[in-house]
Amino acid sequence: MGSYLPHTQAEVKAMLEAIGVKSIDDLFAEIPAELRLNRPLNLPAGLSESETVDEMYEMAGGNYGTTEMLSFLGAGIYDHYIPAAINHLLLRGDFFTAYTPYQAEISQGTLQAIYEYQSLICGLTGMDVSNASMYEAGTALVEAINMAKAQTGRSRVILPETVHPEYRRVAKTINTQMGIELVSAPSEDGVTDLAKLSEMVDDSTAAIVAGYPNFFGSVEDLEALANMAHNAGALLIVTADPIALGMLTAPGDLGADIVCGEGQSLGIPMSFGGPSLGFMACKEALLRKVPGRITGATCDKSGRRGFVLTLQAREQHIRREKAGSNICSNQALMALNATIYMSLLGREGIRDVANQGFQKAHHLKKELAAKVPAVSFPFAAPFLHEFVIKVPNAKKLLGKMVKQGVLGGVLLERWYPNLKDHLLVAVTEKRTAEELDFFCELLGGLTK
Amino acid sequence: MNPPNLKYTKEHEWARIEGKIAVIGITEYAAHQLGDVVFVDMPHVGTKLEKGKTFGVVESVKTVSDIFAPLSGKVVRKNDELDADPAHVNNDPYGKGWILEIELSNPAEANEMIDAAAYEKHCETCGH
Amino acid sequence: MTEPLMFELSVDGRRGYTLPKLDVPEIDPTDHIPAKMLRKELPLPSLSEIDVVRHFTRLSRLNHAVDVGFYPLGSCTMKYNPKVNEDVCRLPGLADLHPYQPEETIQGALELLHRLELALGEICGMDAFTLQPAAGAHGELTGLLIIKAYHRKKKNAKTKTKILIPDAGHGTNPASAAMLGFEVVNVKTSERGGIDLDDLRAKTTPDVAGLMLTNPNTLGLFDENLAEIAKIVHGVDGLLYYDGANLNAIMGWSRPGDMGFDIVHVNLHKTFSTPHGGGGPGAGPVGVKAHLAGFLPSPRVLFDGKKFKISDKHADSIGPVRTFLGSFGVLVRAYAYILTLGAEGLKDASSYAVLNANYMMRRLQKRFKLAYDRTCKHEFVLTGKPFAEKGVKTLDIAKRLLDYGYHAPTVYFPLIVEEAIMIEPTETESKQTMDEFITAMEKIADEAMSDPEKVKGAPYNTPVTRLDEALAARKPDINFFKRRP
Repeated sequence: MGSYLPHTQAEVKAMLEAIGVKSIDDLFAEIPAELRLNRPLNLPAGLSESETVDEMYEMAGGNYGTTEMLSFLGAGIYDHYIPAAINHLLLRGDFFTAYTPYQAEISQGTLQAIYEYQSLICGLTGMDVSNASMYEAGTALVEAINMAKAQTGRSRVILPETVHPEYRRVAKTINTQMGIELVSAPSEDGVTDLAKLSEMVDDSTAAIVAGYPNFFGSVEDLEALANMAHNAGALLIVTADPIALGMLTAPGDLGADIVCGEGQSLGIPMSFGGPSLGFMACKEALLRKVPGRITGATCDKSGRRGFVLTLQAREQHIRREKAGSNICSNQALMALNATIYMSLLGREGIRDVANQGFQKAHHLKKELAAKVPAVSFPFAAPFLHEFVIKVPNAKKLLGKMVKQGVLGGVLLERWYPNLKDHLLVAVTEKRTAEELDFFCELLGGLTK
Repeated sequence: MNPPNLKYTKEHEWARIEGKIAVIGITEYAAHQLGDVVFVDMPHVGTKLEKGKTFGVVESVKTVSDIFAPLSGKVVRKNDELDADPAHVNNDPYGKGWILEIELSNPAEANEMIDAAAYEKHCETCGH
Repeated sequence: MTEPLMFELSVDGRRGYTLPKLDVPEIDPTDHIPAKMLRKELPLPSLSEIDVVRHFTRLSRLNHAVDVGFYPLGSCTMKYNPKVNEDVCRLPGLADLHPYQPEETIQGALELLHRLELALGEICGMDAFTLQPAAGAHGELTGLLIIKAYHRKKKNAKTKTKILIPDAGHGTNPASAAMLGFEVVNVKTSERGGIDLDDLRAKTTPDVAGLMLTNPNTLGLFDENLAEIAKIVHGVDGLLYYDGANLNAIMGWSRPGDMGFDIVHVNLHKTFSTPHGGGGPGAGPVGVKAHLAGFLPSPRVLFDGKKFKISDKHADSIGPVRTFLGSFGVLVRAYAYILTLGAEGLKDASSYAVLNANYMMRRLQKRFKLAYDRTCKHEFVLTGKPFAEKGVKTLDIAKRLLDYGYHAPTVYFPLIVEEAIMIEPTETESKQTMDEFITAMEKIADEAMSDPEKVKGAPYNTPVTRLDEALAARKPDINFFKRRP
C-alpha cells in the first residue's frame, strides 16, 4: 500500500489523547450499526509503487495507441505534435496541485495564466470575452445554447446535421431537459443547406449552430449564416477547431456571437478523448450570460497589477438556484496546457500547423483521386485538414487496415445511415509524405 | 441619512414620488450591507413592474440581491450611468445612484410605503 | 513580485517551435478556400522556447499548492497527489489513444474503465457506474437527469417538480436542479447540524422528485438519521441523491448505497487524489442502484465474458452527457490510486482524515468558536465571530494565514454559519504540519486581539497584497486585446 499516510503509532496515540478518545473507532461511533459496513471492502490488497507501475504497463499494453499505429483519425480529436516543454511545465506541482484560485494573493500564477488563456482564445476566435474553460466541446455547446436562450428569450435552436453528432447528442440529452427545442437542418454537398435553413429560421429562433470547419471537415459560409441568424434576431453559435483558426478568418469577424468548441488540438494529449478542453468565447453583449470562472486584471493596495476571479456574482456559489449554470471545477490545467502550446507556437506556428495539415490533406486527396480508383469524394466543399471519402465495404476495409497498423478513418454510418461506406479522414502536420503514400498504396491494394 | 421627502419599503427600496411619476432606488443601508456594488441589472424601458415583485438584481463583489418594486408601474427611464459607474449606488444612493423612473399605475400604493423615521426604526431591527 | 504578460514579452520574429519541412508539393490556399474565409491577422505573441519556459516557471512560483505547503481548504480534500499517477497516465497505450479507435485496439483501456466502475461500485455500495461526468457539478446534472428520466418513465414527470436541498448544501446542488427546471426547496439544518426531520417531513410533499444530500454534510457531521430520511423521501417515491464531495470521510466505514441513497456522484479529484490542476480537470462518476441502471448515460462499457465493448443501445438511457467515455486520464490516475491503496489503505485514508480533523478541531476550539460541538468527520467549521468586537473578520484571518505560508481554509461556507472557517486537513498531513498550523492560528488569534489593524491589512508577504475586486468587477479587464486603458 502507498506511503501517503505519514502517522507513526506514537503520533496516533498522542492525537487520540488530545481529542480525548481511546481509539479511531470512537470517532465513528455515531454512525448507526445498520449504516456501517461490517466487512472489509471487497477490493484487492494494496500494492507497492513498482507493482502499481507494472500493473498499469499491463493495462496500457492491452491497447494499440497512435505511437505505434499510423492514425488518420480526427472528428474532433487530433493527433498533433506536442512540444516537450509543455509537459515539463505542466508537471510543476505549483500548477497541478493547486486548486481554483480562491486566494488571489497566493494564486497569481494560475490567475495570470487564465487571463493569458482568455486573451489568446479571444484573439483566435475574434471574440471579446472568454471564460476560464469548460469541460469539453459537447458541454460547452450545451452552455452556449443555454446562453442564447437567456439572451434572446427564445427557446428554439437550429442544430444542423453538419455539427458534430456527439455534440448534438449531448445537447439533446441536456438542453431538451432545459425547455429548449432543438431542430435539425439538412446538408448539401457537405455543408449546411442554406436554402432549406432559411425556411426554418423565424422569430422564435434563439440561435443557429454551425461547425467551423463542420463535422465533415468542410468550411461553412459563416457570414451567410450570421446574416440569416441576425435578420431573425437570433444568434450565431460556432463550434470551431482552434488549429483551423490559424488559417481561417476569425468567426467573430464573420458575425459569430458565441464561439465554443474542443481545444484538445492545442497541445493536449488525445488520452482516449479526455481530459480535454472546452472553450467558450462570446461578444461583449453576452458578458453577463457567460458561465464559469472569469479572471480579470486589477491592482493591489500598492498599485501593482494583479489578477482575481471576477464577475463572480453570476456563479452558483453565490447565486445558487438563480445561477445560469452549475459549473464549478472546469479544466484549468488543460487551459494552461493550451496556453503554453499557443505561446510556444505563437502567431506563425499555429498558422504553420494549420497549413501543413491543409497541404498534406489536399495532397492525400489528390493522390487518392489519381491512384485509387475505388475511392470517390462525395463532397466538393472547401476543406482544410479533414475530408470525406467513399470506399466499398468501408467497415471491413478499416478492420483490414488495422491489421496493417493503420487507423484509416472514422466510419460515418454510425451517425449518418445515408452515408454508408463513407469515411472521415484527418491529416495533421505529423503525417509525412511517405505515410500518405503508404496509406494510398494500402487502400489501393485492399480495394483492388 | 435617509431623506425625509422620500418613501421607503422594509425591503430597503426608496421612491421619490411626484404626481404619477416615481424615481426609485435602493437605500443607503442596503447599499452598505451589500458592499461595493459592481453591477445593477435593470429592466428595459417599457417593462411593467408589479409592487412587491422583483424587477432586477444588484451585484456586489461577493453577493447578489434582488430588487423589489416598491410600487407598480411602467419603466419610463433607467439610469444607464450605472453601467459605467455602479459605485454611484454606494456613494450617492439617493442621487446619482437612482435606478429607475416609473409611471405609476396605482399611485394609491404609495400609502403602503413608510416614511424615513419608520424606515430607520425598521433598520435597527435588521440583521443584528 | 509580478511577471509581465506573455504579450509584453513578445518580439516579432521569435519562435518557440519547429515543424518538419513540408514534404508535399505546396499549393496556394486561395485556390481552394474563398478569400474572405482566409485569415489575415492572428494576434498571438511570438516567443522563444526559453521565454516560454521561464515565463511559466516564474508564474508557477507565484502559486501556493499542495506540493508547496498545507492547503486546508474545507470541502475540497486537498490531499497529496502521488507522483506515480502522473507517470502512468502518460504511458503510451493510454495517453495516445484516439476515442474512435476500433474496439480491438483498446481492450486494455476498456478493461481499466470496467474495473474502475466495479471498484467505485464496491466503495459506494452501488450497482452500476458511469464514468462520463467531467466534474462533481456535471455528476449532479447527470444524477438529476436520471431522476427526471425515472419519473418520466413512471409517467410522473409533470407532477414531480421539486428537489429538496439542505440549506447547508453546496451551491452547485440548487444550481444543477434549477438548470433542469426543478423548483428548489431548502430544508433546514437541525440544532445538532443534521437535517431537521420535522422540516423535512413538512416539505416532503407528493411533488418531490428527490433529495440531494451530502453526508457527512458540509459541516463535516455525519447525519445519524439517514435511515429515517430515506424512509421519508422514498415514502413519496422521491429518489435520494448523494453528493460525494465528502466521501473521503467514510471509505470502508459506511457506504451511501447502504444508507439508502439511489444515486451518488464521486469527486475523483477529491477522494481519489487526482490533482486539482488549479481548478480542474476533475471527474464526477455517477453510480446508481440496479433499478436505475437502465437510465445511465450511453454509451457504456460492457464485458461479454470475452471482450470489452462500447455499447450504445440502451432504450431508457438519458443519452450521453459529454463526448466520448469520460476524462480518461483522470480515471487512469484514480484507478492507479485505488490499486495502490487497496481495501485496507482506503479505509485507513478515511480513518486518518477523520483523526486529523478531530485533532485540529479539539485544539483550535480553545481559541476559535466551534459552530457545532460534536465529533466531526473529515472537516469541521469554526466561526471567526469572537474577533468581531475588534473589527476583525474571517476574511482577515484567512488573509493573515497566507503570510504564515498556508492556504486559507474555505471561508463563508456553509452559508448557515456566520463568519465560517471550514478546515479539512486530509489524511496525508502529518502531526507536525498540523501543529505548526495550529500555532499560526493561535498567533493570529492573539494578533486579532492585540493588533487588529495588522490582521486587517494582511497579507504582507505575498507576491501581491489585497487586490481591488470591486475595480475588477466594475470595469472588467478580462482580455489583453481589449484591456482597460
